[in-house]
Amino acid sequence: MKKLIFGISILTLLAGCSSTPTKEQDGAAVEDRTKPKVVDREPVKPAVPTTQSLKDTPVSGNPLKDPGNILSKRSIFFDYDSNLVKDEFKPIVTAHARYLQQNPKTKMRVEGNADDRGSREYNLALGQRRAEAVKQMMQLLGARPEQVESVSFGEEKPRCTDPAESCWSQNRRGDIAYQGE
Amino acid sequence: MRFDRLHRLFRGSVILILLALSPPASAVLTIEIVGSGTTQFPIAIAPFRAEGGLTQPISPVVSADLARSGVFRLVDAGGINPPPAEPQDVNYGTWRARGAEAVVIGTVAPLPDGRYEVRFRLMDVAKQAQLVGFAYTVSGAQLRHAAHKIADVIYEKLTGDRGVFSTRITYIVKRGNRFELQVADADGFGPQTVLASNEPIISPAWSPDGNQLAYVSFEQKKPVIYVQSLVTGARRALANFWGSNSAPTWAPDGRRLAVVLTKDGGSQIYFINVDGSGVTRLTQSSAIDTEPNFSPDGELLLFTSDRGGSPQVYGMSTKGGDARRLTFEGSYNASPRFNPDGKSFTFIQRNGSRFNVAVQDMTTRQVQVLTDGAADESPSFAPNGRMILYATEVRGRGILSAVSSDGRVKQRLTADAGDVREPAWGPLSK
Repeated sequence: MKKLIFGISILTLLAGCSSTPTKEQDGAAVEDRTKPKVVDREPVKPAVPTTQSLKDTPVSGNPLKDPGNILSKRSIFFDYDSNLVKDEFKPIVTAHARYLQQNPKTKMRVEGNADDRGSREYNLALGQRRAEAVKQMMQLLGARPEQVESVSFGEEKPRCTDPAESCWSQNRRGDIAYQGE
Repeated sequence: MRFDRLHRLFRGSVILILLALSPPASAVLTIEIVGSGTTQFPIAIAPFRAEGGLTQPISPVVSADLARSGVFRLVDAGGINPPPAEPQDVNYGTWRARGAEAVVIGTVAPLPDGRYEVRFRLMDVAKQAQLVGFAYTVSGAQLRHAAHKIADVIYEKLTGDRGVFSTRITYIVKRGNRFELQVADADGFGPQTVLASNEPIISPAWSPDGNQLAYVSFEQKKPVIYVQSLVTGARRALANFWGSNSAPTWAPDGRRLAVVLTKDGGSQIYFINVDGSGVTRLTQSSAIDTEPNFSPDGELLLFTSDRGGSPQVYGMSTKGGDARRLTFEGSYNASPRFNPDGKSFTFIQRNGSRFNVAVQDMTTRQVQVLTDGAADESPSFAPNGRMILYATEVRGRGILSAVSSDGRVKQRLTADAGDVREPAWGPLSK
């Protein structure tokens, strides 16, 4: 309950900050002094509501974070022992490639992942191959090579840890992470 | 003469180890022996005179070491008061009656400077003569190491192979989201944390002198190879190129490493000097080439490649040229590591849905599968070639195991908490 109230108050604060003219900046300054106390009590949580607040701020809206924008989709899943980007994921790769083309200073990493069966180093290489496949496709679609670094987490960052295909398939993926994220 | 040399070498190595690492971590590995050899040498280890008051008695450590090897059968040494400590105290008839072919006797004497003199003698029961005997001067903290050294001498005298009880192992412990690179004695005792991180650590590799570890850390949100001194704790990024950097392994001369980089595209094998200079590409394929490992003479490199469609073990001259496929049984053979004698290598072979430790002879290409776990990984030979340390899973939890290179003796090393993986057996201590 406390958390909820806290969350709401932060939301209110953010809403107030985002859309108000000069006069209310004084108000914001007053709020700032109380902020440290709040942050002390809940050091991690305050970051959560910002995603919601972005929806209400069309001017500074970040398409990479907007859940309604395809650019917020960051995972490309692969079949077993395959690095082929399947048709259903091509729109995601295409959208990110266009974004890179339109924002030539923007950089990203494609992080390849593999399921946990077999050698860790071989799985690292399999993840790398998947990341590289995504990178190659983005280059074909207009991204410049230096904008995309393909790296691999191998089997080290599983999204799911049950020993079943339904789980393994979630771990065979490439994740897109923009610089600074 | 020989005694003096050993004594000096021994003292040097102990000082090194003490300087090397931070205080012991909490997790202790305990060893459970699962199988044993068919022919075992019967040996009695008498309690050492005056060891009862020590924080670390000697004879139990020597006994546990020898028993763990699977090569020895411990004969009851109790009930003799006082236990024999000098050759003239040994009643050979008693030991013969108990079935012992050799008996170990010894003493521990405190010295005025606070250290101890540990003496031991290995006596041949049939010949009624001493086979070998040494004395060591050590601090209280070094008593356990002295016991391992004694076990090494006994093992070598009776089997002809080097003892590896005084060597160390490294491995990764995962607890929740915390990863610790640890170094411990070969019996799992005295684990010390070399690096703790909230991001994964994999592929630790010993330098040939045992003073440094190379490993892969994901602390920069990508795989980067580091080299860390166990003597000073100083670490540096060895390879942090565009893309992924992984699978470090040392050349036998300790001056360069083979690594896997993706800076030019796919995962390929490169050489890099230990100071990070002189990066040269070895393999030139469009496939995955990874997990390099040098032959003991430094002439040949084993590695895993899927250039033929499935992961298999290949061999290639370290001077370059064509790669030769070495494994042909099954559709998945990976993680090759040479036997220190260079005559065989261990690797992981998939059998159905299981991944097991196997050994292949370099000449005859004969393969022997040594383990039967569901997910065995990361095999590495002990420096005497007699045991293979590897990672396995028991009820979803990662543990370390060791198997003798003939498959007969099995040991399990269990940590009191967390997942243990990525083991590597260190070189002989000097």
